[in-house]
Amino acid sequence: MFVARSIAADHRDLIHDVSFDFHGRRMATCSSDQSVKVWDKSENGDWHCTASWKTHSGSVWRVTWAHPEFGQVLASCSFDRTAAVWEEIVGESNDKLRGQSHWVKRTTLVDSRTSVTDVKFAPKHMGLMLATCSADGVVRIYEAPDVMNLSQWSLQHEISCKLSCSCISWNPSSSRAHSPMIAVGSDDNSPNILAKVQIYEYNENTRKYAKAEALMTVTDPVHDIAFAPNLGRSFHILAVATKDVRIFTLKPLRKEVTSSGGLTKFEIHIVAQFDNHNSQVWRVSWNITGTVLASSGDDGCVRLWKANYMDNWKCTGILKGNGSPVNGSSQQGIFNASLGSANTSLQNSLNGSSASRKQS
Amino acid sequence: EADSDGAPSILVPGAVPRRQLCFAWGPAEVLVCETLFGRAGTGEGAPSTSRVFVVRRDQDIYIQTLRKLFNESHGIFMGLQRSEEELAGKSRKAQLVQVSKNYRSVIRACMEDMHQAAISTRDPALQGQYSTQVSILSAMELIWNLCEILFVEAAAAGPLLLRLLDWVRLHVCDVDSMVREVLSSENPSKHKLFWNVVDIFVLQGRMDEARHLLSKEASANPTSMNMYKILDDLMKKMPVPSLGNTQTLTELELKWQHWHEECQRYLQDGTFASNPHMESICKILLGDEDAILEKKELMTTWYHFLVTRLLYSHPTVKPMELRFYAQSSMDLFLGGESSPEPLDMILMAAFEFEMHQVIKECSIVLSNWWFVAHLTDLLDHCKLLQSHNLYFGSNMREFLLLEYASGLFSHHSLWQLGVDYFDHCPQYGRVYLELHIERIPLSTEQKALKVLRICEQRQMHEQVRSICKIMAMKALRNNRLGSALSWSIRAKDAAFATLISDRFLKDYCERGCFSDLDLIDNLGPSMLLSDRLTFLGKYREFHRLYGEKRFPEAARLLLTLMTAHIAPCSFWMTLLTDALPLLEQKEVIFSAEQTYELMRCLEDLTAGNPDKQKFQDDDVETTKVEMLRLALARNLARVIVKEGTVEGS
Repeated sequence: MFVARSIAADHRDLIHDVSFDFHGRRMATCSSDQSVKVWDKSENGDWHCTASWKTHSGSVWRVTWAHPEFGQVLASCSFDRTAAVWEEIVGESNDKLRGQSHWVKRTTLVDSRTSVTDVKFAPKHMGLMLATCSADGVVRIYEAPDVMNLSQWSLQHEISCKLSCSCISWNPSSSRAHSPMIAVGSDDNSPNILAKVQIYEYNENTRKYAKAEALMTVTDPVHDIAFAPNLGRSFHILAVATKDVRIFTLKPLRKEVTSSGGLTKFEIHIVAQFDNHNSQVWRVSWNITGTVLASSGDDGCVRLWKANYMDNWKCTGILKGNGSPVNGSSQQGIFNASLGSANTSLQNSLNGSSASRKQS
Repeated sequence: EADSDGAPSILVPGAVPRRQLCFAWGPAEVLVCETLFGRAGTGEGAPSTSRVFVVRRDQDIYIQTLRKLFNESHGIFMGLQRSEEELAGKSRKAQLVQVSKNYRSVIRACMEDMHQAAISTRDPALQGQYSTQVSILSAMELIWNLCEILFVEAAAAGPLLLRLLDWVRLHVCDVDSMVREVLSSENPSKHKLFWNVVDIFVLQGRMDEARHLLSKEASANPTSMNMYKILDDLMKKMPVPSLGNTQTLTELELKWQHWHEECQRYLQDGTFASNPHMESICKILLGDEDAILEKKELMTTWYHFLVTRLLYSHPTVKPMELRFYAQSSMDLFLGGESSPEPLDMILMAAFEFEMHQVIKECSIVLSNWWFVAHLTDLLDHCKLLQSHNLYFGSNMREFLLLEYASGLFSHHSLWQLGVDYFDHCPQYGRVYLELHIERIPLSTEQKALKVLRICEQRQMHEQVRSICKIMAMKALRNNRLGSALSWSIRAKDAAFATLISDRFLKDYCERGCFSDLDLIDNLGPSMLLSDRLTFLGKYREFHRLYGEKRFPEAARLLLTLMTAHIAPCSFWMTLLTDALPLLEQKEVIFSAEQTYELMRCLEDLTAGNPDKQKFQDDDVETTKVEMLRLALARNLARVIVKEGTVEGS
């Protein structure tokens, strides 16, 4: 059984992204109305908007939370060619009573000459670091060396991907065996068969990011990309949202020792490919254990993918709107997954109502 | 409705169908929001029926009611993990059977609670849900019981039939009310359902009860006395397997054969011809399939039919022979009129000893992992899922336990049970625990401490550090410096401790007093975490000594703070200023040597200071320095005199 609470978001234009904070008690939304809203979950489960403010001078494409070790910090990116970092200021007691909080801009990152399409914080073990990618094909990695001073960010790396970028994903693995790694997806749709997914790895010797791999089999525009959390595996899992859903494994082979220092080579396998959306897939994202992948497409469905204990992937659920109005009074609507209806059939079996005897 | 690829649909009410959806995962929920991909907004204040949906598994109903199930089965699970593996053979098996019975009794207790809840609620929707849960629990117990008989106890031919009879009697209860009705009526043998009840008893092998009822009929109907006596005798003499080792299977089969022939003779002689009811009973005793099938309505299920068939045609059935009888029983009973339901398939898989199939089907049909996780774990302990049986055997156990435990983590208190389950998953348990436990909202200090204890017990150092850091950061943002410092110390985060100590010192400089004195006074060895922290602790100690008028000790400490470079240079001016009152006491406190040291410190400070300009231009600073120089000089003068005069100081 699944329950859905509906929250009237009150943005004045299309919402482009929603993001949960680390503990799932706060969320942020961003919109073409150029603002970001932050919502807090109260003890009884209701959501309240505690902040709403104009963040950019263009559509805001993505909003993302930093790890709570760094405090309450958000990053946003926009059509206005900038990305920004925001910090929540603990306000006066009046604000607290009114349930409002203030967010201040700590920095604006203005290096991009085109729309900034994605912004993602690096895994916390790398410090306070984030990456942006733009339609100009450049991935930029910024760092705040002093975590107590969020106004100082320095551009550490500029990676030229040569194709317009739409999405990035940091490899969350904090294992010493893995160097920092970032995957970049491109939505370039000029006719070519260039690889639309590139993997960059940090080289300890040159202190630079270098291209480690390109997924040659992905030649259609890529809209989203996501590394799965690493469960202590030696290999990496990467999901790609393109004309279908694809899941790749990347197994590091022994590092090649060249004059520029070790660069990992990978053995790449595709472990799943699903075209059930029957249309462009726009988002992919992993749950916290990396056991379920969710994907969303033009068909208006969110599909959940899971591997069983034999490593076979299949669809285990589909979220879609049913159009019926939500009960006005409570924030709840209760409905059955067909797992629930299977329970009914179990119940029927017990009552012997269909398989065993005729209805009298 | 299911999608064409067979996956279940989860409908989000209020969300317009076919609207594109963006989403985000949370630890326990998924956010879903209507959007349009690849497009900017209209830019002109478009509609915002823009709504965000927070979707999660509905734990509320079944958590409340199944909570007891989860808690008590957790205890049984833990007991099983820790149980004596040295016990072998029969004692081990007996132990495992007991565990299985314990699980079943917890299921039944839960069923009872839910049944009570169903009849006591006035809300029809709730009542419906409770009733559904009762049915599901009942199905679970039915399946578990059969698995216990076939797999855990692995009943052999003979006792197998007796166990199956018990199983049927316990679980096919549709007839109970009818039985009660007849038995409690004034004249049972005249009740219209009398023969139905006798038949039921016979079908379930409840010979004594059948005979008892028949005797009532006989006394009411003396003309059939003869028939009755013969039937009664046959029923009394029917050979059945016994639980003790009083007879071998061969002996039983022989006896049974003779008895069977005797029944046959009476039937063929037409002994019961005048009483169709009794004749039908005799046919049942002879295992006549058609006669038994006529009583379909009374048996209600094919598995009842199966057991009745076995009782009257093959009581010494061997476990491995069950599959053939089961399949044919189901076919005969359903008679092509209806198709098997999921429950039927699960039971069939059990009769076929296809354990894996049982678990797989249950996983699909049941909406929570509790059942398959615990049952599989038990079967694994019975060593039935060893690698040579299934190459993913123990992987399957772990897979299911991980699923179950992960589900518990979305609940605000049951997550603690989940911790124990992860502990017993050797391959991925630890990493799953790490990932889940760091997401638990640390809404109160108590909760944070509870989570920390669990991490510390398991040497999950990174999680300890991270949780402490998060708490320290939260405290710092809310200006609760003492709390922030405590958490940094616990995190062993030297850098953060330094930062907070600096804040304390800054606060002191601005306000002239310390906050959180208790904490700083009682730092103990944790003071050594960072130099700045050590300084903070020692500086406070200086103030305490001063307050207790232990001036010589205070003076010594103050000096050490500078000479041993415990104090940061930025603080030296403050320290020297703190020395002023000591220098101006009536009694001389600083010795000559100490005074020279102080002078040297002052000179170091003013000379080596890159902000020389600052000292020269800032009047306040210049005045301070001059006052210090004067005080030091005066002290030196006094102390030289003192030390020159007093002997042996």
